[in-house]
Order: sequence, then structure tokens, then C-alpha cells
Amino acid sequence: MIHFLNVIKRYEETGDVLRNISFNLERGEMAFLTGHSGAGKSTLLRLIAVMERCTRGQIIVDDQDLSLVKESQLPFIRRKMGFIYQDYKLLNDRTVFDNVALPLIIAGYGHQEVNRRVRAALEKVSLQGKEKKFPLALSGGEQQRVGIARAVVNKPPIIIADEPTGNLDPELSAEIMNLFRQFQQVGVTILIATHDVSLISQLNQRVLKLVHGQLVVS
Amino acid sequence: MRRVNKNRIKKDPPIKQVKQEKRQTTLAGGTLQDKLIAYRELHTKVLFSSLGRMIATPFSSIMTVVVLAISISLASGFYVLVVNIHQLTGNLETSNQISLFLRDEVSDAHAKKLSESIHNNPRVQNVKLISKEQALAEFKEYSGFGSAINTLKVNPLPIVLQILPKNTLTDKQGLADLLKSFQQMPEVDIAQLDLQWVERLQAIVEVAKVFAFIMNILLSAAVLFIIGNTVRLEFYSRRAEVAISKLVGATNAFIRRPFLYTGFWIGFFSAVGAWFIVTLIMLILRGSVERLSGLYEGDMHLLFLTIPETLFLISASSILGVVGAWVVLFYELRSTKLQ
Repeated sequence: MIHFLNVIKRYEETGDVLRNISFNLERGEMAFLTGHSGAGKSTLLRLIAVMERCTRGQIIVDDQDLSLVKESQLPFIRRKMGFIYQDYKLLNDRTVFDNVALPLIIAGYGHQEVNRRVRAALEKVSLQGKEKKFPLALSGGEQQRVGIARAVVNKPPIIIADEPTGNLDPELSAEIMNLFRQFQQVGVTILIATHDVSLISQLNQRVLKLVHGQLVVS
Repeated sequence: MRRVNKNRIKKDPPIKQVKQEKRQTTLAGGTLQDKLIAYRELHTKVLFSSLGRMIATPFSSIMTVVVLAISISLASGFYVLVVNIHQLTGNLETSNQISLFLRDEVSDAHAKKLSESIHNNPRVQNVKLISKEQALAEFKEYSGFGSAINTLKVNPLPIVLQILPKNTLTDKQGLADLLKSFQQMPEVDIAQLDLQWVERLQAIVEVAKVFAFIMNILLSAAVLFIIGNTVRLEFYSRRAEVAISKLVGATNAFIRRPFLYTGFWIGFFSAVGAWFIVTLIMLILRGSVERLSGLYEGDMHLLFLTIPETLFLISASSILGVVGAWVVLFYELRSTKLQ
């Protein structure tokens, strides 16, 4: 589902941030991406989201070579992925409902379908009844779950999470990991960047460890 | 959560996959009809949410709209002015007659004989004699100097022969010859072709028309840039939203849409505002223009912006708004990097 082959990312100013990265995530597989800060975790995720292109090598997501995808086609690639962020990246001037509905409206769903799916997604993350609230009126854990609902609302085959539990206490973190497990069970491929060691050890999943831009365990 | 047909097309080679995937995504909402309905819903929603956003920041919206309305009203006001002057000269075009101002010593009887002989000229269609008394009465009535004239002991006005030549507009050379022959008559003090000053006025109107055209172009450019800049500021204030929308798969068209509608609304309201300004000025001017027209014995009525002109004004301004917004967004979206 996500396939890296000898991927190199080089910046003019800082040199190689990712060196010769190769790995393969199968459909329905869950993996953790770890490493010290500055090891290249965020860069790797940015490459998958095609926010940047790799300098050399090949990245294939859902059988599409990302380096061959035209700029105008990128939105359609991104719709296959649900992104979850440490800082949630919610629109604070929109209600929870509107935040979660955004990917559906972008994809052109009618309002009945939007209603149905948003409610289903909010139910999934146990936020039913909070549709009309604004993100800032919710706790950190709830905001993160709004972010997750938004990421899964159009049922993407891939979920990418960047430090999803970074701001949460262990109990909430476990709850969120539990959600990820449920998505994995229905065949979603999940890549989670984190340095929360206890979380990784609890779940006993594959670990991709980056050290100075190189993959050491995979 | 139930997985939907995402896996179905897995075995195709990558290139073909792109096409299929695109089709699949465009059809995400269901049938084509659902899709169209959803698209229309989206446009309606964005149309009004853009309006709502303008209303939510009334101060800056009103300032922008007022600035634009004044600019547009300058251009369209000048246009209306030209139209009115043009109308005036249009009326005068029919009066291309020759006036002969006779010498003071010419008697009424002599003048009558002269007018009869001129009337027999084959190139003359009609002659009208205005005696000194008639001229004075007319002057009293329209000049507003009635009481002052009453104090005059001698009538200073000459006898006038108003001559309407034949084929005046087609035969300029003949007209000039006719004028020359009149000038050489011993009784004639001044022979004046009224067409001359009509032509001069028309030339001035032509200049004004060109000037109005240039002014319209310049002010259209101003509208374009002002709306573009307003939309750019709006875009910057909503950068976070743009970035998030992009990350969840928004196309540039989707991101552009609300801003294009903002441009549309600004253009629309500015044109409506400009219409009100122009109409208000015309209403203020109407009384005095009609009095002036009365003094000149004219039947001039002030022309307002017609309905087609108003519709043109509003649609041109709205389109300029959309174009201005589009140009700005084209560059902004190209230079926006995702964070």
C-alpha cells in the first residue's frame, strides 16, 4: 500500500534528510515510525502526503507512483489518506460537524450523505451530540478525536498520524490507539509517527526507526 | 466501518489506475445526478457563505465597496454626461441653417424683398425673416434681461434671415459656396453657418467620448486591482483553512471558489452603489438642467442610466471582481506551500 524504494530527500541548506529509505507497508498493516527529533519522521510523512517530492527514489502509494502524479491530480491522491496531527489542525471558527464534513464536501457528496457519514464518524469516536460545538470548547482529547473523525470520514484506505498522542495523557492515548486498531481490523493501512515508547511496546506492531535519516529497523 | 470498492481496481497498472481513480473520486457522491445536485448545493452554499463572511466584517467590506462605488460612479457618471451632451448635439444637428445678420441701415421692406429673392434661389429650401421687433421680443423672453431691455431706447438687434438650405448634410462644398455668395451681398453684415459650431461641439463631444473610454478602462483596472488586493488579504487571513482544505484533498478550484464569490459580491455591490451615486447626482442636477434647457428653448431631458446600461454596469463590475480574484488566487495558490 505504501512502498518506499531507495528514497532520498535532500535539501539545499541541510543536506540529506532521508537517505536511501526502503520499506513496504501492506494493506491493513499498522506500523510505528519512530526516531529522535530531526531524524526525518516529519519529512517522510510529508513525502507521503506529497507536500514535497523526493529527490531520488520511488514512492508508490496505492499502486500509484507519486513522482509521476501531476499537480492537478494530487488532491485525488490525498483523498485516499486521512491525516491526523499532534496539533489537530481543526478550523476553530467552524463547528465540529463542519470540520468533520470538510473532506466530504470537498469530494462532492450531497448533504444527506454528508450528514449520515459525519454522524457515523462522530459516533465512531464517541463524540455524538457534540456536532454543534466549536473545537476550542472541547478538551484536547476530544479535539484529537474530531481530527480522527475528519481523517476517517470518507473511509480512506490509508491513515497517517503524526504524534497523535503527543498532547494526551496515557489513558486517552490508549483510547486513541484502540481506535486505530479498529480501523486496522477493517483493512486500513496505518502509519503512526511517534516517540512514545510505552505506546509502541503496548501494541506490539511493526516499528520503522529512523536514525539520522536512515532506516535502522523495519 | 464498511470498506467500499476501493480495493476493486487494485490490479491495474499504475497509469491507468490514475484515470480510474479520478473517475471514481469524481463519482464519489453516487450517480451523476446526485453529483450535479451536490455541486449546485455547494455553489449556492459558497455563494451565501461568502456573502455572510462579508457581512461578518461590515466595516472593511463597506470601506472597500464604497471606494469602488465612488470609482465606478466617476466612470459611469462621466459616461452619462457624454451621453447627455451627445443627445444635445443630436438635436442641434437638424438646425444646420445659415443666419444672415443684415446691416442696420437695411429697412424692413428691403429685407422682405431680399428674403423673397433668396427664396427663389434653387439651393434654398426655406427662408424665415425675423424682424428687429420679433428678435427683441424673443430675446426678452429667454435671456432673463427683460426689464433691462425695456430701458433701451434703440433696438440694437439686427434683422435676421434664417435660411434653410437644401441637401445640407450631403453637399458640404455647395453649402460653403452658398454661404460665400450670401456673404458677398451688400445688405449682409454677417453670414453665419450654424453648422460650424455644431461641428465644433460634436468634435468636443468626440474628445469627451474618447476620454470617457480611457477613463472607463483605467477605472476598470482600478476595480480589478482593488478587488484583487481585497481578496488577497482575505486569502491571507484564511491561510490555515486553505492549508487544511488542501491536506484533505481539496482541488484548487474548490479552494478558489469562495474567494471568487467574494470578488463577485464586492463587484456587484460596488456597481449597485455606483448606480445609486450616479442616479442621486442626476436627480440633484435635473432641476437646474431643465431650467437651462428652457433658457435655450431646448427640449432637452436629462438621460439617466438605462436599464441595459445598468445591467451592463452591474455585470461588468461583477465579472471584473471575479477576474480580479481569479488572477490573485492563481498566483497565490501557486506560491502557497503546505505547512
